[in-house]
Amino acid sequence: MNPLQELFPNIDDWGEIGQACIDTLLMLGGSLILTVLIGLPLGVLLYLTGKGQLRPRPKLYAVVSLLVNILRSVPFIILMIVLMPVTYALVGTKLGIRGAIPPLVIGAAPFFARLVETALREVNRGVIEASQAMGASLWQIVRHVLLPEARGGLFAGITVTAIALVGYTAMGGAIGSGGLGDLAYRYGYLSYKSDYMLVTVLLLIVLVQLLQMIGDRIVARYGSH
Amino acid sequence: MIRFIDVHKSYRVGGRDIPALQPFDLDIADGEVFGIIGFSGAGKSTLIRLINLLERPSGGRIVIDDIEMTALAEPALRAQRRRIGMIFQHFNLLASQTVADNVAFPMRLAGERDSRVINARVEELLARVGLSDHADKYPSQLSGGQKQRVGIARALANRPTILLCDEATSALDPQTTASVLELLAEINRELELTIVLITHEMDVVRRVCDRVAILDAGAIVEHGPVADVFLHPQHPTTKRFVDESLPGETAGEPVPFAGVPGHILRLSFRGEATLAPSLSRVARETGVDFNILAGRIDRIKDLPCGQLTLAMQGANIDGALAALRQVGIEIEELRR
Repeated sequence: MNPLQELFPNIDDWGEIGQACIDTLLMLGGSLILTVLIGLPLGVLLYLTGKGQLRPRPKLYAVVSLLVNILRSVPFIILMIVLMPVTYALVGTKLGIRGAIPPLVIGAAPFFARLVETALREVNRGVIEASQAMGASLWQIVRHVLLPEARGGLFAGITVTAIALVGYTAMGGAIGSGGLGDLAYRYGYLSYKSDYMLVTVLLLIVLVQLLQMIGDRIVARYGSH
Repeated sequence: MIRFIDVHKSYRVGGRDIPALQPFDLDIADGEVFGIIGFSGAGKSTLIRLINLLERPSGGRIVIDDIEMTALAEPALRAQRRRIGMIFQHFNLLASQTVADNVAFPMRLAGERDSRVINARVEELLARVGLSDHADKYPSQLSGGQKQRVGIARALANRPTILLCDEATSALDPQTTASVLELLAEINRELELTIVLITHEMDVVRRVCDRVAILDAGAIVEHGPVADVFLHPQHPTTKRFVDESLPGETAGEPVPFAGVPGHILRLSFRGEATLAPSLSRVARETGVDFNILAGRIDRIKDLPCGQLTLAMQGANIDGALAALRQVGIEIEELRR
């Protein structure tokens, strides 16, 4: 008898667990890329329009800020249900990996945008002033000063967001998005096969550890000099 | 030429206008080193930022080489800013970029794409500031003085005609300050660049400036050639700055040398007169006696100058004074 079978007697199809891992990684990868693509400009917008910043627009800032706060205050599992019509309109299904990505992005992008805003506020004002004195345009300041100078904080923000997304994908499992969360919920919770629960939790722990380690490496490499 | 015409600046705080700079006119000539000295809060960092319009004046006009800066739209203003270099108290280098990339940065902002042109210019600039061996380091690996040299190289990258120095030596120790000031003086001579610097140290003004303006509570209270201001300060704030740069001077005493007999005189020398033995010759010829109470010999930029406080006794004091004035020594009679 295979030692794995001895340890987890209820698990008869390891291939299913492998597939669930791949699904989780696909959801994570897809939603993380889209979260960064949407959250980064949103964070830059929040930073630039904030009080005393380069392009203060109090009303615009208040509206965007409120929207971000609303999306952040809705628990993810509820957000996912509320967004179902939107999800269907966007990707043509409410289920599976495709169905999971829109709510994951809509849930995580505002969170990441706040982290971007905070990271940009850490950039030395003097350096921004120096680039203004050199005749830099707003776009040049964003592209060549703010983002490179804040890159340590931005990479740390991406790491935190990725780990939050791991949690979101697991929750998504409860309403049919597949992946490790789905497995833990269906077999571990509904069918009382606690070894499924244990294996998925262990795999999620490993995944989070890996993400944190990779993130820390990148921050150390590209962060401050 | 930088001209301020009836310029003033106030900040709006909580619905009220707080004046930062009183209306003033000021001309800064091409190729001179112009110092603006003031205590903190006097408005000097606002004033220097008016030149490249990092601060917009509340009224008045700023004209540089016949271009009215205050009338320019954003893109034209950015183009003009490239002709004005600026260095800062805290250097403000990009921490994420190497020394070479920091120096190349303004060229890239200006649209230079040819890396051979950029590399050649960076090499030339780093050689000028003495940092050729540090091109691939990051700012955090440099000392304060080295960072400021990178700042200077960066400010010169686009061959500006004006260099603004915002408390450029205030964060540096005395030796480093001296070497950075020397570098600024050298740049001023060799590149015929106009330098405007703000500082709270009279010593900085004395070492490199041709002319100086004293800023007190948002108003220019005095300005002129450094030697004039230094030897004959008029305004109380100016006197404080001059006194602070002279350790051991008896300034501020209500009746100086009350117990000393004779005329109390203050003699100011500048240029050749400083180094000539005029005093002993005049004393011999007119038969007066003198006693030196206080004195100093300085250099203001390249001009030697000095000031002596004397007690003078004898029958022919007026003759002695006339003879001294004849050789170009200025005399103030503190007590007859």
